[in-house]
Amino acid sequence: MPPRSSDHCAAPLIFEQGALGRANRYVESGKPLETFLPHRLLRDDLPLPDNSELDVVRHFTRLSHRTFGIDTGFYPLGSCTMKYNPRVNDAMANLPGMRDLHPWTDDALAQGALQVMYELERSLSSLFGMAAFSLNPSAGAHAELTALLIAKRYFKELGQTRRDKVIVPDTAHGTNPASAAMCGFKVISLPSDARGRVSLAEIEKVLGDDTAVCMMTNPNTLGLFEDDIRRIAAAVHAVGGLMYYDGANANALMGNARPGDMGFDLMHLNLHKTFTIPHGGGGAGHGPVGVAAHLVEYLPTPVVAWQADPDADPSLAPSDRLRFRLDFDRPKSVGPVRSFWSNFAHAVRALSYIYANGAQGLTKVSQLAVLNANYLRVKIGEFLDIPYDEPCRHEFVASAAGLKKRTGVRALDLAKALLDRGYHAPTIYFPLLVPECLMFEPTETESKETLDGFVAALREIVQTAERDPEAVLAAPVTTVVGRIDETRAARYPNLRWRPRGEALQR
Amino acid sequence: MYTPHTQADIAAMLETIGVASLDDLIRVPDDVALKVPLDIVPALPEYQIARRFAHFAEKNSGARATSFLGAGAYRHYVPPAVAALAMRGEFLTAYTPYQAEVSQGYLQTIYEWQTYICLLTGMDIANASVYDGATALAEGAIMAINETGRTRLLVSRAVNPNYRAVLQTYCSGLDVAIDELPIAADGGTDCSGVAAAVADKNYAAVILQSPNFFGVVDTLPKAAGQAALASETVPIAVIAEAMALGALATPASWDAQIVVGEAQSFGNALAYGGPYVGFIAATEKHLRRIPGRLVGKTVDKHGEPAFTLTLQAREQHIRRERATSNICSNQAHCALIATIYLALLGSTGLRDVAALNLERSRELASAVGGIDGCELRFNGPFFNEFVVRLRRPVEEVLAALRTRHILGGVPLGRFYPEYADSMVMTATELTTTGEIASLTAALKEIMHAPALV
Amino acid sequence: MAQPEHLLYTKEHEWVKLDGDIATIGITDHAQHSLGDIVYVELPKVGRHIEQFANIGVVESVKAVSDLFTPVSGEVTEVNAELDADPAAVNRDAYGAGWFIKVKMSDPAEQKKLLSAAEYERLNAE
Repeated sequence: MPPRSSDHCAAPLIFEQGALGRANRYVESGKPLETFLPHRLLRDDLPLPDNSELDVVRHFTRLSHRTFGIDTGFYPLGSCTMKYNPRVNDAMANLPGMRDLHPWTDDALAQGALQVMYELERSLSSLFGMAAFSLNPSAGAHAELTALLIAKRYFKELGQTRRDKVIVPDTAHGTNPASAAMCGFKVISLPSDARGRVSLAEIEKVLGDDTAVCMMTNPNTLGLFEDDIRRIAAAVHAVGGLMYYDGANANALMGNARPGDMGFDLMHLNLHKTFTIPHGGGGAGHGPVGVAAHLVEYLPTPVVAWQADPDADPSLAPSDRLRFRLDFDRPKSVGPVRSFWSNFAHAVRALSYIYANGAQGLTKVSQLAVLNANYLRVKIGEFLDIPYDEPCRHEFVASAAGLKKRTGVRALDLAKALLDRGYHAPTIYFPLLVPECLMFEPTETESKETLDGFVAALREIVQTAERDPEAVLAAPVTTVVGRIDETRAARYPNLRWRPRGEALQR
Repeated sequence: MYTPHTQADIAAMLETIGVASLDDLIRVPDDVALKVPLDIVPALPEYQIARRFAHFAEKNSGARATSFLGAGAYRHYVPPAVAALAMRGEFLTAYTPYQAEVSQGYLQTIYEWQTYICLLTGMDIANASVYDGATALAEGAIMAINETGRTRLLVSRAVNPNYRAVLQTYCSGLDVAIDELPIAADGGTDCSGVAAAVADKNYAAVILQSPNFFGVVDTLPKAAGQAALASETVPIAVIAEAMALGALATPASWDAQIVVGEAQSFGNALAYGGPYVGFIAATEKHLRRIPGRLVGKTVDKHGEPAFTLTLQAREQHIRRERATSNICSNQAHCALIATIYLALLGSTGLRDVAALNLERSRELASAVGGIDGCELRFNGPFFNEFVVRLRRPVEEVLAALRTRHILGGVPLGRFYPEYADSMVMTATELTTTGEIASLTAALKEIMHAPALV
Repeated sequence: MAQPEHLLYTKEHEWVKLDGDIATIGITDHAQHSLGDIVYVELPKVGRHIEQFANIGVVESVKAVSDLFTPVSGEVTEVNAELDADPAAVNRDAYGAGWFIKVKMSDPAEQKKLLSAAEYERLNAE
């Protein structure tokens, strides 16, 4: 094992460093606050640490060394699409004309920003077969909530207020039922069939005139394509319900098949997955929501509207001959879902990525994502169980149930042992229906050499487990900390530092 | 693009899989196969992408104008060290820190963020962040609704109208009703009816913003706060301009039990509205209701200090439809930017920036208020923005300022028909004396011109 | 571990001890074992009326959550406040220090719908 570096020393908190008055001179010293406001409106103290810029730079540089990102190494975290985040996208988002634009700027002085939103919206609509997208929602779960509010509003307009059931397969992401509950819908959980798919027969059992929405992920979280999707959609539509597409797995079919053609009425995309927006440690994301034609008027406000610019030079690109504005006047809209119009900097990144690829490139992206996943599936299948062993899409699940029975080594232990070998772990224990589940999503940006190296490492771990389970159970041993006492964290929550003298939290 | 596969790689991998071609591998049933050409932007090499986006950026002339815009998004100075640190690849390209052993750095930054928010608001706990100020308000209100089992909210009309609209959107899904507290003559909230309103124990929360949408420092009077607490109505404070926390008494001092807000001002770019970073802080008793991620400090198996995501059983991936919220992401990277910003500024720097906001906005207010045809609408104490009433139609005045490359303010008419003759103007530490002089000269000219534009 | 003979059980893994018209309620050793380290228990307030088999609270472990159902109807007279500070008591001593609530029963006949120790054991063996 490599020796522990200096990074293994516990990093002191920023609050445990610095000295009062060790200030950096970013602005001039202000006058006493009492000059401007009466004392009773002012705070008594501001107990934040003063640190020199060098100490702050070292602090966060040290913390970055204790953080694993895609830039650090292979990150096959299933359902999260941890692909390379191209640097040009960040550069485009950081152009002063993008970065410094205030959201209340008059439309006439923000035409470039509106054009970015327009081009992204039109491209996504074509790519996924929807009539229109709203760029407002901030993340996937936010988009689910928005879409379900749209459905609720739509049924209210139709006078069908009895529709209060949302159907969610057991392979669905946990956000699906949680979003449904936030809109006051009741959740019906649907079991998967022996092939790991939603069965038409099961869904027909629960359909009725109280069905509001059926939420599906395709391919599903087992990485399997729901090949009955047209018939499922027809059955849901036959009882007057709406079909919702959870776009978490859109990287599997982008440019090759479209949710709109499968019969979906509503969908969302995670631009931070499929369209290379950096995950940034868990956000900010961006979750545009797309709708079929009959739902466009319910989209949240504002939307980007456009008209031909009569004065435009006809030799310009088509979108350069348009005038744009934010349209807030949408009587049937569910209303706004966030403070301002969109996570605009991310819209810039996503559009930059689309420009880098074009239609052909994006089609290739999903093909190679599927190729990498299947290659990994076959290689890992040589030494771990693959419960649904058939060609997968962009991800697949393996199970350590057999290994656990033989050796006591669980999915969690394999994950921790991978950390010791310089890889991020796959998603574990999801989806819930596969015991000792490991979910791998390699993405298209990884080379065959990287995949081969990963397979060799995992194979060696499994062989070690068969021979010497204790060695795997002890992992990780090279990381800055060992396995975490999560029970203690949850039983005795310590969620913040407190200044000396203040009572400690229990 | 960004795929490393050679033809030889693809052939070898297909052979391993046992499939003849990529097309065979990705084939979908005929009834859902793609049948139309895709209509998307053309593929460009990287140097042309840079040109295309430079063209977009050029068209955003508002980004280069002299600006007095605020009203929920603020232009502040950001030290270059913020981006240099935040854009490190480890931070930028990590995911939610599920594997704590390789995420100690990011987890620690979130623990530090939670601490900064607690220290600034005077609350006991804070979460790892939510989407933005408006959704923080909606989530905070839902906490109070779930806590009390009541389905009415009492909300000041001086709360940011975008936030109130988002709250309305969320409430429409939950069948929750919203009643308004009126605006007083000084621009603060008229809280005289609060004690009577909450006495029947019908309200889940009473919600005020400070500084409010008109810039006025706006707190719950002691008697109203006590009445709310006595009826188990949760006082919620909204903070849309976090920089004010560097100067103003904490919301805890006026009995707020939940504090929600927007921390864009701490180092995050304006970026035409996002991404920004919402926060939710609360007193200890609300611990189990707080939505979103929480990072806790614990120990590893050797007894060494360590950080981890904790109290996850509240969350959607375990509780599913019974979760405190559907929220899955947090704005970790925006919160990291805010944390780095606060670390660099420290208490001395933050106080100085707050003082400069107070000073420059007073300079602006006195210059504008001195122009014939412009009048300060309210006399309540303000932080860095205020309302100006114009003798000429607001939209015409703003259009005339635009021709001089000045963004004069945010008109109130769309949200407050009663203030259709007014706008909100903002000055920060970046507002210069020269900018104020240009604005004043332009406004004088406009207010006295016989016909506009 | 064998189930205490003097208690009654539900198929949702709660136990109840009857003492006159006062019922003491908790979760079984089997339940605490399958949940793992318990970190938090959400219980109804004293004075609340609860109906037999209704969902009255939640038991959280580090990475799982389980609904709590009441075996009997009645009014909650006491809540085990110790569990706030020491939720581990449920793991250590499910039938003793780890009790959840006491209920003043409104219908003693309800106990006919509960399982005996032997019946509960058979259920777990299935």
